[in-house]
Amino acid sequence: MNSISRFVKKLALLFGRDRYSADLDEEMAFHREQAEREFVAGGMMPEAARYAAMRQFGNATRMKERSHEVVGFKAETVVQDLRFALRQLRKNPGFALTAIMILALGMGVSVAIFGFVDAALLEPLPYAAPNRLMDVDENSAMFPRSNLSRDDYEDWKRLNHSFTSLEVYGGTGYLLRTPSGPVPVPAGRVSDGFFRTLGVKPMLGRDFLPGEDRPGQAKILILSYGTWLTRYGGRRDIVGQAVNLNEDSYTIIGVLPREFSFAPRGNAEFWVPLLDKNGCEVRRSCHNLYGVGRLRDGVTQRAALEEMTAIAAQLAVQYPGSNQGQGASVMPLSELIVGKVRPILFTLLSAAGLLLLIACVNVASLLLVRSEARRREIAVRGALGATRVRLARQFVTEGLLLAAVGCIGGIIAAGWVMTMLKRLVPKAMADGMPFLSGVGVNAHTGMFAGAVALAAALLMAATPVLRLSFQDIREGLGDGGRAAAGRFWRRMGANLVVMELSVAMVLLVGAGLLGKSFYRLLHVENGFDTTHLATVQVAAPDSGYPKTEQKVALYRAIGRRLSSLPGVQSVGITSDLPVQCNCDTDWIRIVGKPFHGEHNEVDERDVSPGYLPTLKARLVRGRLFTEDDDASKGQKIVINEALAEKYFPGEDPIGQKVGNGDLDPKSMREIIGVIANVREGGLDDELWPAEYQALYQSSDTFFAVAVRTTPDEKAALPVLVKALHEVDPNLGTYGEITMTDQIESTQTALLHRLSTWLVGGFAGMALVLGVVGLYGVIAYSVSQRTREIGVRMALGAQRSSVYQLVLGEAGRLIVVGVVVGLAGAVGAAMLMRKLLFGVQVWDAGTLLGVAVVLGASAMLASYFPARRAASVNPTEALRAE
Amino acid sequence: MAKKPDLLPGTLDMLILKTLQRAPLHGYGIALSIKRLSDDVLTVEEGSLYPALQRLLLQGWVKAEWKMTETNRRARFYTLTAAGRKQLGVELTQFEQMIAAIGRVLRDVQEA
Repeated sequence: MNSISRFVKKLALLFGRDRYSADLDEEMAFHREQAEREFVAGGMMPEAARYAAMRQFGNATRMKERSHEVVGFKAETVVQDLRFALRQLRKNPGFALTAIMILALGMGVSVAIFGFVDAALLEPLPYAAPNRLMDVDENSAMFPRSNLSRDDYEDWKRLNHSFTSLEVYGGTGYLLRTPSGPVPVPAGRVSDGFFRTLGVKPMLGRDFLPGEDRPGQAKILILSYGTWLTRYGGRRDIVGQAVNLNEDSYTIIGVLPREFSFAPRGNAEFWVPLLDKNGCEVRRSCHNLYGVGRLRDGVTQRAALEEMTAIAAQLAVQYPGSNQGQGASVMPLSELIVGKVRPILFTLLSAAGLLLLIACVNVASLLLVRSEARRREIAVRGALGATRVRLARQFVTEGLLLAAVGCIGGIIAAGWVMTMLKRLVPKAMADGMPFLSGVGVNAHTGMFAGAVALAAALLMAATPVLRLSFQDIREGLGDGGRAAAGRFWRRMGANLVVMELSVAMVLLVGAGLLGKSFYRLLHVENGFDTTHLATVQVAAPDSGYPKTEQKVALYRAIGRRLSSLPGVQSVGITSDLPVQCNCDTDWIRIVGKPFHGEHNEVDERDVSPGYLPTLKARLVRGRLFTEDDDASKGQKIVINEALAEKYFPGEDPIGQKVGNGDLDPKSMREIIGVIANVREGGLDDELWPAEYQALYQSSDTFFAVAVRTTPDEKAALPVLVKALHEVDPNLGTYGEITMTDQIESTQTALLHRLSTWLVGGFAGMALVLGVVGLYGVIAYSVSQRTREIGVRMALGAQRSSVYQLVLGEAGRLIVVGVVVGLAGAVGAAMLMRKLLFGVQVWDAGTLLGVAVVLGASAMLASYFPARRAASVNPTEALRAE
Repeated sequence: MAKKPDLLPGTLDMLILKTLQRAPLHGYGIALSIKRLSDDVLTVEEGSLYPALQRLLLQGWVKAEWKMTETNRRARFYTLTAAGRKQLGVELTQFEQMIAAIGRVLRDVQEA
């Protein structure tokens, strides 16, 4: 008989399974009847004969099962197990739902965070061979990475052998002429091989050709995909058309592909070649570009750095005035883009992992409680002939089923969480994170989810099986087994709860420290009144204001017009608003002090007379600017205390003179005042020395307006914009925002806020899970000890001593959990030191506060079972058993 | 209760087939027949008999049909098929070879 026809028969029997069972039943009943008849014929009483027949026949169920095994498929028992598992879960929907929800929560969160880590750290750059791309820049004592000057770049490009191509990019902005007036647009300015180096080809038109970036070449540009769609309606005939930028006509030669993004200039709408040297580029000391290079095969980052450092040293000898102290910096481009978010992502991933751990432990202890409650069932099934393997398999099936459903729920939750988190990242920040578009449910996250689910399933399956192997079936049948099993459960359950509590502690401390950092960050001393300040960026067309007097007239007109608005108290104009960056710096030399060509780097700001009073910056010595400090007078500056302390220790800086490195008479300026430090750099940056020049003496067509207004500065923003256009309809305005919003939306603040909220959320869930876990253990222990407690009370124990008994047990677990958690928390805090701001790793307040919160909520959770224990009625408790 | 000798492993199928060679029988009848023919030496455990019958059915060596007994009870009767007859021949040959071989070994041991 061949195996095929056997298979067909089995298949036929599979579908006629009911019939098969009925036949077998009838056949066996017939057999027993015949045997019984025989016994009766042999002189037995009918009753006794029936029992004898049954005894002789043996275990009918077992036999039926064996017959089924003969004709059944192996997989059928699996289906049986699965059906039984489903029935078990359906019978106890509370348990099943809780377990699945907890699992889905833990999985969803960790898979979602993994999605971000995967996108950011594993595939951060959408370019060809991205790991060969390097960020190539200069460095100096104050800046580990500083801009590359155009002259230095030309030399670097000519002299280096490490890179197959070395290109530069810089940010710029233009006033784009549109039918509805001029609009300021951000743009990127690049060398001709920039896109080729990244490995990006325009989707429409062509790339820049070699040589097209040289001074005097034709004005051409490439559109970013978004601009092509929104400004030019995605027209394919756009190539060759003219665009008016800053009153100059540029020809569109290409459109970049949709997937292209370049994080350092994420918002650039137009890409133009370098062309003529602009503004300060005529000087070698003008640092306004960044380099990006593709490493030659076989050249390492270190070798490239060594070569560029040597070239920089050579240039420093050649051009000491501009290049002394200027070194080189070479690092992976991906480091530049994700370097800042990496520690945050790792922290979040660890936090999510811990939450997942708590979730799994929680579900495992739920399963344990259930296996405890099913001791009788297991014992009965064992006695009826179920083999140990079959019993174990049943539990494994149930665990796997839970894990599978939890996993599916988790993946759905993960997709949802990822979408939500992506939405939390503001547009401006998302521009700098091109990897965000790669975040989602994909092969990587799916694989991760699968691995996590497998681990969870193993845990789910192993817990009850482990439990089963400790148990003697016979013991389970009797009631006497309860005490021993209770002990087992208490030990194992207690360990799990201690683990949950300590992990919750770690998360809570992490969240606490991050929260405190965030608070410190937002309440860092800024040196000015950040409230009621409305700000807006302005770009005036160069053609309208070619001369200094015309610009000054514009500043004054703006000041007059805005001051007349209702609610406006004062108006100031500056080159850069505070709390941005330690950038736009100047190298200064103090007259009369020893000087060896070092670069004394200070922040340089050009401000109107009304600006510092509008900020409410505090004057320490001397005076501020007046309307008279204009181009007709000698140049004057106000300095901050940091500059005074650094360059004039123990002296009065008022009246001292400052100039450029070569003390060019045109650069000489006199110090007229000292103000308390105003934070120019980011919230977590150091305070730098800063000098404030008179805007009327150092004017520009790009500037920012700050207005102090009552009561609602947010409502004032559109009014400001309208008023500015009334001054001159050709003014471009953008970036209108209140100072408080601006501070809260800086990248530092956003990253801190995001990590604080997320870790805080994880910690909150962990706290709930941990406390619920503790509640479960204590409640179970109380229910198992009802008789013991009854006996104690019958023998005269007071209710208070029952409380003591239960709360004492809980207290021990809590103390162990908190102590273990504290140690873990300090360790974890050490690892995320980089993220902390103004808070020590062992911040006593946080540690203590968290210990108290956790301890109190845990004690509260154990209070309820304790109360139940204390209200036990001794007589009932004794009778119940 | 004295323990009865177990059936030699692998012989149950053969015994069932042999029993059915004479006439179709139901499960109980097969057990009874084996017991009687062996003068109560061989007892077929019901726990083995029915799974074995299922196995034989699946192999196609026997076929089953519901019929009435002489006492007018419905019972499942098993009939030997042609394939079963052939199989019985194979098993008998193998069994006899095995017995002969065992016999030779035992004789040899006694004479030594």
